[in-house]
Amino acid sequence: MTTTLETPTTTSSASVPTWLAERRSAGLEQFKNVPMPSARDEHWRFASVGRLSIDGYNPSAAPADDVLQALDARSDLVSEPTGRSVYVDDTPASFKGISDELAEKGVIYLPIADALVQHPELMEKYFLKESTELGSQKFFGLHASSVKAGSILYVPKGVTIEAPFINYYWTSGARSAVFPHTLVVAEDNAQVSVVDVFFSETAENEALNVAVANIHAGAGANVFRKVVQDWNEKTVSFQLDTTVAERDAQVKNVAVNIGAERARYEAQTRIEGAGAHVKMYSLTVAEENQEFDQRTYQIHNAPNAVSDLLYKNALLDSSRTIFSGLIKVAEDAQQTDAYQTNRNLLLDPSADANSMPGLEILANDVKCSHGATTGNVDEDELFYMMSRGIPKRAAMQLMVFGFFEEIIEQVASDELAGNLRALIHKKFETKLND
Amino acid sequence: MSDTNLKEQNEAIKVDTEKGNFTYPENYEFDAGVGLSEDTVKYISDVKKEPEWVREFRLKALDIFNKKPMPTNWATKDLENIHFDKIRYYLSKGQVPARSWDDVPDDVKETFERLGIPEQERKFLAGVEAQFDSEASYSHMKEDLEKEGVIFVGSSEGLEKYPEIFRPYFGKVIPSSDNKFSALNSATFSGGSFIYVPKGVKLKQPLQAYFRINAENFGQFERTLIIADEGSEITYMEGCTAPKFETTTLHSAVVELVALKNAKIQYITVQNWSSNVFNLVTKRGMADEGAEVKWIDCNIGSRLTMKYPGVVLKGKGARGEVLSIALANDGQHQDTGAKMMHLADNTTSNIISKSISIGKGRSTYRGQVHMPKHLKNCKNNTECDALLINTNSRTDTYPAITTRGENNTVQHEASVSKVSAEQIFYMMQRGLSEGEAMSLAVNGFVNELMKAFPMEYSVELKRLIDMEMEGSVG
Repeated sequence: MTTTLETPTTTSSASVPTWLAERRSAGLEQFKNVPMPSARDEHWRFASVGRLSIDGYNPSAAPADDVLQALDARSDLVSEPTGRSVYVDDTPASFKGISDELAEKGVIYLPIADALVQHPELMEKYFLKESTELGSQKFFGLHASSVKAGSILYVPKGVTIEAPFINYYWTSGARSAVFPHTLVVAEDNAQVSVVDVFFSETAENEALNVAVANIHAGAGANVFRKVVQDWNEKTVSFQLDTTVAERDAQVKNVAVNIGAERARYEAQTRIEGAGAHVKMYSLTVAEENQEFDQRTYQIHNAPNAVSDLLYKNALLDSSRTIFSGLIKVAEDAQQTDAYQTNRNLLLDPSADANSMPGLEILANDVKCSHGATTGNVDEDELFYMMSRGIPKRAAMQLMVFGFFEEIIEQVASDELAGNLRALIHKKFETKLND
Repeated sequence: MSDTNLKEQNEAIKVDTEKGNFTYPENYEFDAGVGLSEDTVKYISDVKKEPEWVREFRLKALDIFNKKPMPTNWATKDLENIHFDKIRYYLSKGQVPARSWDDVPDDVKETFERLGIPEQERKFLAGVEAQFDSEASYSHMKEDLEKEGVIFVGSSEGLEKYPEIFRPYFGKVIPSSDNKFSALNSATFSGGSFIYVPKGVKLKQPLQAYFRINAENFGQFERTLIIADEGSEITYMEGCTAPKFETTTLHSAVVELVALKNAKIQYITVQNWSSNVFNLVTKRGMADEGAEVKWIDCNIGSRLTMKYPGVVLKGKGARGEVLSIALANDGQHQDTGAKMMHLADNTTSNIISKSISIGKGRSTYRGQVHMPKHLKNCKNNTECDALLINTNSRTDTYPAITTRGENNTVQHEASVSKVSAEQIFYMMQRGLSEGEAMSLAVNGFVNELMKAFPMEYSVELKRLIDMEMEGSVG
């Protein structure tokens, strides 16, 4: 491998605590020792592993100030966040911390480096502790050994925060490798929402992204996370997300996937407390030769919990999508309700949709179902609209947006939903209008 | 159907697993010994006096078998408990396939008698071919079928006497290299049925074969090839029981179906091997233009079954269907499913799978639906329902669906449920015991699917389910 990724470039080694040094070196070992994915690996079935390469990417030097400022200005999806951070090639561009009022309540919102100094115990307990089991362990190892950019959010017991936190992660340099990290810890009965945004400076800058997000929702906590991935189509992206939900916790995750040349998204949710309720939603617009490879895992280790998953993909051109979902209900997780749905809309005969909705059920008193459908735009509906005078292209657009609206409305913020619609429209306009 | 008729049928199809629990002294004239090597394969080929091309086919397959790894990257690790070097790969009494009932040796007759394959079955079966270990020991076909030109023979006889008919399709639907176990079968096959139905011939009555394993550590590798020529129709039924042994037994069959233009093939299996059998079977049909291949597959016995009947929809407007029922009791793993390969426009496929897990039983559905090319107007519908009886029962579902092309639709649905306490309570109030109530509920779960089965099979199946449900509650 010609990459220099194996040589960690982490900063200020003097201040690195032992536990972190250990986690980083363990990560590096994992990265070195686990082989690249092969087609024989069930976790990589249907993925074009032959074309997957992470060679030749390197962490970039800090971008120039004018780049940082320009991208900071372009980070405008949400106008009044509670906290906001902007990173460019893993270099902080701006950071808006929390109000004194929230700080007094014990809320923490800090960049990783500051959190390591100010809250070492919190970091030792949660930082880089949880990895997905969905096949990208090698890349999680790389992330653990290299991560420096990211925001740590801690919400103490019973604290409710209405306006969202938002983290922007940009790439800018040539063949830049970035390792964004989001950690959210919501203690019992806390309520918080977080938006993670992934953008590229231009349509051309090539990049490798290995992002990790870990969410811990304590008993009765309510965590709402939204992910907007709109890399340029020169980016190889990994997002390795985990969620742990305790008793009666409510966690909702909405992901909007638009960009990247190939994007691997692993979303793992572990329900550890009875009565938890987890929702996982995603929409993907795939075009050209994009490959979206999505692997999800709903683990029910506790009884009486509910999980619901809906992943919708629209495919244009020669794009590919892979959805592989698994619901696992452990032996003692009785009275589980778990659902999983994957819908694929094929808008071009060359597009390729793969779906693997899986179930592993080890308890008997459960309600579990999954469904997967793949089809084209409904000809009858199209005909109806055309007979009412709507041109074919416009009618198709309407139907595609209708297909996505089910996910968009889950965002539950008019401003963000509007911005997301605009992003999707932008991607579709040229396609459906030609 | 009249009452007497029904009673007769009930009598005729009594298959009781306990009845399979006996053995006869082993006095095999030809015995290839234990283990698998090139010599074993050559020995089998020599005994069968096979032409050179069949011998080459076997040796090539053995090479593939040795090179292929176990599919444990996705399948159960239980496969590692198969000791290929401790298995007998060929046994035969050196019998020429018998042509009339009188020619069948008495002890073989007795075996069939105890299995419930009495002579009166011939009343409603067009031809019976029962396999005692490797070779066809009894073969009978009604004269009128012979007049129509239907060929119904064992695999060796088929390749020897009718190479012009069978050779073009032999090993074509399922190549030796398809998987490790199809390679194993291709190297060591013996027994099975080769059937050819001429153009336009529609068999009103099903053909039937019973298979049986009767030597300890003896793997059975039957090979079946059914060719339905243009516009013909055939239903084939296969049922299995096996005596119980202490060491594991391997059964690895290959079944190839070829439905030419507008032909219809229906293949029905009731699998009830004893619970030490590894049942690793490859079944696939090829459907030409306008043709239909339908698999009806019931898995009740065995320790581990891995079987995913498939249909290659090769011609325009071809139809494929898999209807399956799996019942996994303590210590059993029913790893079954279906494959549908859409390779032409306007092809449709339907998969309905129902599984029941009892005690620590585990049932798994694996499916593959593939529409890889620029096809139009293809449809697939898949439904998988799993019923879990006890708290420690297990079920898994692993479908894989690939779709491309125009105006194709694929839908997959699966659900997992248990017998509701209300249902049981209601039935017990009406005087049923808990076991009876559970049995009734389970029969209700599969009832809709059973309607698609021929009558005699659904009756047999109900009996088998009742027997499996005994002692599962309380």
